[in-house]
Amino acid sequence: MIYAPLRDEPLAIFLEMSGISKRFGGVHALRDVDLTLEVGEVHCLVGENGSGKSTLIKIISGVEAPEPGGRIAISGKAYPKLNPVYSTHCGIQVIYQDLSLFPNLTVLENIAMAHHLGGVHSVNWASMRATAMATMAKVGIELDPDARVSDLTIAGRQLVAICRALAADAKLLIMDEPTASLTRHEVNALIKLVSDLKRSGICVVFVSHRLDEVLEIAERVTVLRDGAKVGTFAAATIDGRKLSHLMTGKAFEYRKQARDLAPGAIVLEVQGLGRDGDYDDVSLQLRAGEVVGLTGLLGSGRTELALSLFGMNPPDRGTIALDGSRIALNTNADAIHRGIAYVSEDRLTLGLILDQSITANVTLTVLQRLADAFGLISARARQSHVAQWIAELGIKATNPENPVKTLSGGNQQRVVLAKWMATKPRVLILDSPTVGVDIGAKDGIYEIIRRLAREGVAVLMISDEIPEVLYHSHRVLVMHEGRLTTDVAAADTSEDALRQAVNA
Amino acid sequence: MPEARFALFGRFRRTHEFWLLIVILALCASLGLANAQFLSMQNLFDLLTSYAFVGILALGLLVVLIAGGIDISFTATASVAQYVTLSVANAYGANWISVFAIAIGIGGALGALNAIFIQKLRIPSIIVSIATLNIFYGLLIFFTGGKYIYSLPDWFATGIFWFEFEWGKDSSYGVNLQILALAVSFLFTWLLLNRTNIGRQIYAMGGNADAAQRLGFHIFGLNMLVYCYMGVMAGIASLIQAQLAQSVAPTVLVGKELDVVAAVVLGGASLMGGVGTVLGTFLGLALLAILQNGIILLGVSSYWSPFFVGLVILISVSATAWSQRERRPRSAGP
Repeated sequence: MIYAPLRDEPLAIFLEMSGISKRFGGVHALRDVDLTLEVGEVHCLVGENGSGKSTLIKIISGVEAPEPGGRIAISGKAYPKLNPVYSTHCGIQVIYQDLSLFPNLTVLENIAMAHHLGGVHSVNWASMRATAMATMAKVGIELDPDARVSDLTIAGRQLVAICRALAADAKLLIMDEPTASLTRHEVNALIKLVSDLKRSGICVVFVSHRLDEVLEIAERVTVLRDGAKVGTFAAATIDGRKLSHLMTGKAFEYRKQARDLAPGAIVLEVQGLGRDGDYDDVSLQLRAGEVVGLTGLLGSGRTELALSLFGMNPPDRGTIALDGSRIALNTNADAIHRGIAYVSEDRLTLGLILDQSITANVTLTVLQRLADAFGLISARARQSHVAQWIAELGIKATNPENPVKTLSGGNQQRVVLAKWMATKPRVLILDSPTVGVDIGAKDGIYEIIRRLAREGVAVLMISDEIPEVLYHSHRVLVMHEGRLTTDVAAADTSEDALRQAVNA
Repeated sequence: MPEARFALFGRFRRTHEFWLLIVILALCASLGLANAQFLSMQNLFDLLTSYAFVGILALGLLVVLIAGGIDISFTATASVAQYVTLSVANAYGANWISVFAIAIGIGGALGALNAIFIQKLRIPSIIVSIATLNIFYGLLIFFTGGKYIYSLPDWFATGIFWFEFEWGKDSSYGVNLQILALAVSFLFTWLLLNRTNIGRQIYAMGGNADAAQRLGFHIFGLNMLVYCYMGVMAGIASLIQAQLAQSVAPTVLVGKELDVVAAVVLGGASLMGGVGTVLGTFLGLALLAILQNGIILLGVSSYWSPFFVGLVILISVSATAWSQRERRPRSAGP
């Protein structure tokens, strides 16, 4: 890899904004925000949903214009406002969370897509290939240029998105939630890549929910809350707890979970469970009233195991017993019928029907129970069912007939939980229940999980985040390369010990 | 670079087109054994001539499908273009250039109408084109009373016969209007899709319309182009069909939409957008032609033809879906 030599002179300022405000109707999305980005720095922008992060990015990328009175200067040149063309011309590139790639086209064509812009002209495939190869070589990425993007992993696609931004001569790279669907190994690779970019003088702005990563990667952190800037801090001077305090204005103190009750009877018992290529020799017990945390790298077999317990990935060997009697789970209908519920990680595509109403989503799992003798469902039965769950889980919704997509991440997750809790499950499997949920709202989700356990449900909570499983479970399981390697009471372990078990 | 060529073949071997080619070769071999007439030069030229109409429309539809839309109004567009153009030619006189210019103009204008409804009002393309199919066809039948035109200008009825050559005893072959139009359409569509930035933008838009918009592609312009292209293809196809039939029949084209959709879908284009190739469409057209022709040559009642076409489509899409399922890792989640 060849980079420009490290420069000794003080960092120059790439972008300077001051007095930036933005209103949408009567709502102040941003109030008098200042932001300075230096050449070659890694800067994190954090804040809860609705804090103004996205609006600020849209102003930088020229999609939205700020209210008059704000000042924006890029490389010392002042602009009253930007538009997408100026902003791209100045070297500002945004990588959105969905990556905005073209899955049907090759790596090569995605990276060199800018060649297709402009008036009608013939395609110079040779020069596009040269651009793509040079860009990948510059950052030391090896991908088959002729592979279709839809055949790549999420991490591979992200590299393509980064290369596309670099090929467009990015000087400021803004990445929205770049680590949301990456495994820990992939996150490490990304962090290394970002520090390489920084050395070649590119300013990288991360927008992230994951505070530990924010602190690992950033030099400076700007915190927004309710549209106003709380401050910009050197990453070395703050920790995760302080950061969540700054973001929410509330203090969070996590302790390990003391049991509210003595663990109840064994509800689900798994012995010697194995499935070729996924996991093997897994034995575990879930007790009533217990929250069991399950962690491990992506590909460690944890999701595959959970799906087997939900009847969607039948095991090749071993036994599953519910209340002491052996059961076969060949379809998820078997599992649901026996009181096992599964809340998928990907609530947007698998857990919810986003365009349908809260009512429709919450009643989906209990339609048979709501039906009367003629098999018909009265509007009143639906409404009272939904009203009960909205109250019980504290779902913030102006009208239960609004589509679910109008809710915030935390409230969407509550709708998914309500949908499954309505089935009165004995065993509840939660896959990454707080992904994409704000810190403030996370606490509410944990509270619901604790309450379920108190009511006697056996909860299996899968998560990437070690603090989450440590502080919100009674017992912690770790899977590594398809085997269950750790089974320990939360009180008897630590973050470091678990981290070692996960990455062993 | 033998290695690079090897890699290229390895990639081709995994494509839909490769399997299509295998199926076509196998069909040709068995039909050739069953009936010597099948592999004759005469039959080849006949097939190209009679399937040129479907082929040219298929190219237009291919571009629409790649862009992420669909259009089934093209047979009505073709009927209107055919009727109006040849009525004008009969009434005022015309030459090759002017009849094609009129047909292309009418086709393009009707395509533009589709594009405006689809893009400006955000109505799904399938609904718009079902509506326009009926409107175009309804107006045509109302104003013409469904009357055929049997007298065409002499020069038009004569057609063209280029590059004449002898093959075997007493038979000469040459490029007629249908084959010429088919070849030019294939070449032009291939160039558009693979050698111009606009063609690549069409692929990109079909793959991810939001991303295309964020990159600054002119989405309305691209859609306008795509639906106009479909209309233009309908205009061209309508003229060569009239020349082959030696008449204009306002009622015979509408209803042939599904043959065209069959050829394009057999060729591997996806109704989800972004996927499809000119080579695939050619092979899909070839498969359709060989199937329908083979059934006749084997002496099977032509009533079976739709059955076999349907069966082959079902097998083809099932095979594609199956191979995609196999390629996914075993534990891809729910």
